[in-house]
Amino acid sequence: MIKKSYPFQIDSWQFLDENSQLHGDYSIPTDTLLALYQHMVHTRLFDQKAIALQRTGKLGTFPSSQGQEAIYTVLGHLMHTQDILCPYYRDQAAFLLRGVKMEELLAYWGGDERGNAYVNQPHDFPISVPIASQCLHAVGAAYALQYKQQKRAVVATIGEGGTSKGDFYEAMNFASLYRLPVIFVINNNQWAISVPSSKQSATQTYAQKAIAADIPATQVDGNDVFALHHAMQKALQRAYQQEGPTVIEAVSFRLCDHTTADDASRYIPQADRDAAANKEPIKRLQRYLMENHLWDEKQEQQLLETSSHAINSAVERYLQQPKQPPESMLEYLYAELPEALLDQYAELEGNT
Amino acid sequence: MKKVLTLVEAITHALNDAMSQDDRVILLGQDIGKNGGVFRATDGLQATYGEQRVIDMPLAENLIAGTAVGMAAQGLRPVAEFQFMGFIYPAIDQIINHAARMRNRTRGRLSCGAVFRAPYCGGIGAPEHHSESTEAIFSHIPGIRVVIPSSPARAYGLLLAAIASEDPVVFLEPKKIYRAIKQEVTLDKTPLPLDQAFVLQAGEDVTIVSWGATLVEAQKATQQLASQGVHAELIDLATIKPLDIQTILTSVEKTGRLVIAHEAARTGGVGAEIAAQVAEHGLGYLLAPIQRVTGYDTVMPYFQNEVHYLPNAKKILAAVQSTMEY
Repeated sequence: MIKKSYPFQIDSWQFLDENSQLHGDYSIPTDTLLALYQHMVHTRLFDQKAIALQRTGKLGTFPSSQGQEAIYTVLGHLMHTQDILCPYYRDQAAFLLRGVKMEELLAYWGGDERGNAYVNQPHDFPISVPIASQCLHAVGAAYALQYKQQKRAVVATIGEGGTSKGDFYEAMNFASLYRLPVIFVINNNQWAISVPSSKQSATQTYAQKAIAADIPATQVDGNDVFALHHAMQKALQRAYQQEGPTVIEAVSFRLCDHTTADDASRYIPQADRDAAANKEPIKRLQRYLMENHLWDEKQEQQLLETSSHAINSAVERYLQQPKQPPESMLEYLYAELPEALLDQYAELEGNT
Repeated sequence: MKKVLTLVEAITHALNDAMSQDDRVILLGQDIGKNGGVFRATDGLQATYGEQRVIDMPLAENLIAGTAVGMAAQGLRPVAEFQFMGFIYPAIDQIINHAARMRNRTRGRLSCGAVFRAPYCGGIGAPEHHSESTEAIFSHIPGIRVVIPSSPARAYGLLLAAIASEDPVVFLEPKKIYRAIKQEVTLDKTPLPLDQAFVLQAGEDVTIVSWGATLVEAQKATQQLASQGVHAELIDLATIKPLDIQTILTSVEKTGRLVIAHEAARTGGVGAEIAAQVAEHGLGYLLAPIQRVTGYDTVMPYFQNEVHYLPNAKKILAAVQSTMEY
């Protein structure tokens, strides 16, 4: 006989549908909405410029975030400066809103460690390339905040592929045990390089993985800034009020190659990409704004000009940044250069 | 205050002293709370400092390491305990990919002043995977310090230094001698230097370099040699990364002979690095080929055969004799 049953449920949220029609009663102030829109456009232009720089040999491998700008824009907008972001590598929209400079992001992907030095952002972790490992930093950082009794939140971002790793489960388990002020945001962009979601997990949602740790979780349309705003706002409030962790799965579509070193046409059917392009976040919000007379073609042109100008200036600063000297590869390894490395340091100094 | 302590008791005292003077110091590991750790290294500390500072972690080594990295980067001083060195491998992703390079990859914006403690080495008849000596894996990694105490006094001073260090430290404790030796330790909260080998006994005839539990065997060998009129200079390497080659070179310049003794497998062991550096910088000093007394290039045997694997005083004596007779 059954002694007890444990019912679980995952809700999937959408306010602004694929046709830019707003449903439900969630509202975002117009100036906020416009700021979100402008930043999404800015991020896309930045991505396009970065890809162009890579194609012309002026940047290393770069991961675009095309089609996923809404997730990181809303996140970056809602997080407080003193919160802590534990990113993976598709978070440029959030980075820029958190004070990281465009030229710093370009420096990172251009092979210069100073790109992680974030002169205006002391707390955030740098880009984490080893998949899901940042989730563990997030719980450690959140534990530190809780220990210091600071009302700040930590956010870890991760792709749906990353949720297959033990790190993700280990982090959720610990976060839930200690009710840590941490949010895990899953960008379910359907593709982990060439592996589709159907080969990544048999679960109906990625959000439901949080049930294993007893963390409240929700799925949202990752192309809908309203649904993202609603879920992230709520999760951040929970964190600030010491109510514990939250998992948010934002469903998007990777409308780009995994990185500039990848060719998604080898594995993503064009029809799928076309269908997804019709649902993408920038077009969706633009149509809504224009239909509601909150935005017009003239403002759009002006935005494109201002944004391109800012991006071009950042690119100039990036390209004109003097290179680090060779011996810099040893300078930051330890708090102080150990005697054992003095010879190697001198040898590198001689390389200039 | 002075106290006669075993090595593991000295560890407990160092943890306690670090915690009492710095509330950023947090301990995390499996069974380290009420149980005081499987070797009792954290005995009584949760009772003193509470559950928030002595965390009984879920059973996931990668979590322990990654949490420590996150804490350290945000200003705490985590000291993580791994139950046995054989179980630290899931944490290597965090130690190598993050702890070791946090400072470097952020150009000093963030750092990782964390300690990763683990009991290591064989000799206690433990089950499979409980007797590893794989310190060379860590000594190969730039950005971390690897420290191995071999007496209660050095365990106390080196652990205090490791906790105070701004750099990540892998701190390996030779469990075979956790309780085998007792020594008077001055509990004055003074750290020992982290980048220095210790000359335990001066001698002119041969240099013996060792660390961990093998050092105790080297000490026995040194005493026997003295009774035969051979004066060995005994060096406790203590910090295997960064390597204090200067102390070894100075000694070899004097003695002309070098024997390196460690428990780990020979190929690619720390002994190989010492031999290479002595060959690079002190070949002219040598009167005889360098000798290595090490474990064999095999998997640590199950405990019925571990006595044949472990270096001992007899093997060290034989190596010294062969170098003296060269």
